[in-house]
Amino acid sequence: MNILRYPLIKSLLKNRWPQFTIMVVALAGFLVAILSGLFGTPVGSRNFGIVFVWIAWWALLMLVAVPFLGRGWCSICPIPAPGEWLQRGNLLGPDDINHRDHGENKKKNSVFSVRSVVKPHNRRWPNRFRNIWLQNGTFLLVALFSTVILTQPKVTAIVLAAFLFVAVGASLVFERRAFCRYLCPVGGFIGLYSQLAPVEVRVVDTAVCKAHTEKTCYTGSADGYGCPWDVFPPGMVKNTYCGTCMECLRTCPHDNIAINIRSFGADLSVERVRKMDEAYKAFIMLGAAAVYSTVLLGPWGTLKLAAYSVGSLPWLAYAASFLTLILLALPGLFWLMIWTGIQLSGSALPTKKLFIAQSYALVPLGLSAWVAFSLSFVFANFSYVLAALSDPFGWGWNLIGTAGIGWTPWLTSLTPFLQVGVLLGGFLWAAITSRKIASENTINTLAMKLSAPVIIFCLTFTLILMGLLVA
Amino acid sequence: MKETFARIFAVVLILGGTFTIGFAWWFGRLDSITLHARMPEAGGWMPGDLTIAINQPLRLRLTSDDVMHGFAIGQSGQPAVDVKPGEIADITLNFDQPGTYTFYCTRWCGANHWRMRGTITVTGDAPEQTVTPPLYAQLGLDIDAPREAETVSEEQPSALRGRKLFDQLSITNLPTYLSPDYYRSHSPEQAWQDLRDDPELGSYSDQQLWNAVAYIWGSNTTPEALSIARELYAQNCAACHGESGGGDGVFSGEQVNIQDEAGGMSSGHQIVSPADFTNPEQILSAAPALLQGKIIRGGMGTGMPMWGVIFTEDQTWALVSYLYTFQFEEVPK
Repeated sequence: MNILRYPLIKSLLKNRWPQFTIMVVALAGFLVAILSGLFGTPVGSRNFGIVFVWIAWWALLMLVAVPFLGRGWCSICPIPAPGEWLQRGNLLGPDDINHRDHGENKKKNSVFSVRSVVKPHNRRWPNRFRNIWLQNGTFLLVALFSTVILTQPKVTAIVLAAFLFVAVGASLVFERRAFCRYLCPVGGFIGLYSQLAPVEVRVVDTAVCKAHTEKTCYTGSADGYGCPWDVFPPGMVKNTYCGTCMECLRTCPHDNIAINIRSFGADLSVERVRKMDEAYKAFIMLGAAAVYSTVLLGPWGTLKLAAYSVGSLPWLAYAASFLTLILLALPGLFWLMIWTGIQLSGSALPTKKLFIAQSYALVPLGLSAWVAFSLSFVFANFSYVLAALSDPFGWGWNLIGTAGIGWTPWLTSLTPFLQVGVLLGGFLWAAITSRKIASENTINTLAMKLSAPVIIFCLTFTLILMGLLVA
Repeated sequence: MKETFARIFAVVLILGGTFTIGFAWWFGRLDSITLHARMPEAGGWMPGDLTIAINQPLRLRLTSDDVMHGFAIGQSGQPAVDVKPGEIADITLNFDQPGTYTFYCTRWCGANHWRMRGTITVTGDAPEQTVTPPLYAQLGLDIDAPREAETVSEEQPSALRGRKLFDQLSITNLPTYLSPDYYRSHSPEQAWQDLRDDPELGSYSDQQLWNAVAYIWGSNTTPEALSIARELYAQNCAACHGESGGGDGVFSGEQVNIQDEAGGMSSGHQIVSPADFTNPEQILSAAPALLQGKIIRGGMGTGMPMWGVIFTEDQTWALVSYLYTFQFEEVPK
């Protein structure tokens, strides 16, 4: 169902003001998070930066935005905004007709024109890095230091400021949203899990696009910019790289863009665009969920201390174990499952191809793991949000009268049941996906044998995570 | 036009917001001092030294940057204030006497909790005051000299039984033995020896005389003083000396020599285990004046803090009398 059939929704999404307003407000909040981290109380539970980024935003992202809206967050994310404004020379939208080259010929007569100060280079992103390997790397880099980042406001502020700095730099050197597409550690996994979302941006009729010689959805027009995510909308078959920024909706002169409500996980059955970098992203996210559940929520003090003592020998051992588990052990074990499946089914398909294809079964498993992990602390700690709203810096303010609210865990008796439900649901979804993927090039009777080891892998992981989170 | 409006909107919201926050921060600092509490390893009180003129209100905004701390000013009747992580506690202090006041942490925040102190210097003119040296100094006691009781009681001396004994007696020196001067300047062992050497008490057993010593010690304190001392001990001493006085408090094994740890010059003293008040050889050889000295001066690098700037004289004597309750049964009410 195309929700753009409703004029109100369509006008709201096509109009730049709602999106721009939310982005500016989010950017203001983002700057407050940085300022509170740098100048506010170093007590994480009372600091806006920690509370809003790692509890409120994380809850919104993992429990609502990603599962239901895919890359919905990316459409209003404030991090790329300043860079993009500098790149475009405008905050709101194109104001002349020379926009096919994404801003090289912007007008130069405005007294406010940032172009008089900054001149973007608009270089193309290097071909060899046109994948998400760098995003895999940036996520791992953040993950290795996560115990410190998540608990120390100053470190959180530095990381957020670094995101902003790199995003601005990328926008000034490269064309479009290079940071979001190729560098953002968050964007990488949002893209992976956006395949599960029940919403998609697609063209209505590709034949219309073929006849449209200007391809304004990619090149831009006076009504909007060419796809900031460097995606060619008519060729888009899955959500992974669509930032849902709505520029194509604005630039398409034929009203040929749709926002469809669809079944959950529809992209997982798209066979032709499966890649090793995305497969590895699935392993990284799966492994990171297990490691976080062990280190951050588990009762092992020595492990916590090792993860926290950045630079020490125990931390190096922790980092080495973390990377080994995620980059070698998990994929290695999964490869073994694929090999076993091939032996059982007698499939003639290449192991590598099956490895990549079956790893997409880990996408629902991974998202359920992250949802279950997030549930364990989001409700328990959400009361901190109310106190931080009143006193974001811990300076003794009481802006909305909630500064005195103490820590009150919510729904903690319900959380384990929700977690078990989510994990079991994720496992079933993964098992069904594995079975479907196995059936793509194999007859039904053999498909079961091909996917059985993968299903056992998923079940084992689910039980381990259930043990870590609930038992 | 729309673009200009968008720019104004963004600038007002972002720069205006930042400016407002900066202004609020500056404005909040105008009439107060924010005193940050951190575990001593992370800096302790920040700032650690404050100066204020006499009779000028000192508004403090207390906040903890790590764990729960407490704020109190030594030798004052002001109740302690909890300093919670990330929260602000506002207090206003008034000093009508010049001098140097010590503020300190009242919560066991870590192994070096007792090092967490700061000073408030109150400036102004005041009549010169004469300072009386503490009793241990007047008596010329060497409070660091090794000591160990040679004679100890076989059973725990009972003040109650000692009282019964004294009630039956009409000896010449009884008022002397019971006097505060005698009590404060003699160790229990010395007192027992005096009683043993008293010809009028020759027929009494050693244990009966230890009971008499317990009574002398008990009669020089009150249940009220012991109650205050019990609270002071639990708050300030038990972390190292243990709740039961056995020298086995939670931080007893965690004291470190800060100079050595920092790689600098050593004080020449070494951290020693906290005194065991349940050990009769240690406590029965110590006169109250000596324990008073230990408390007010501290252990000079041994790990025992100096409490002279924290406790009042009455509190110190109350604490001293409480320490003997680990040896003697309490005075009967």
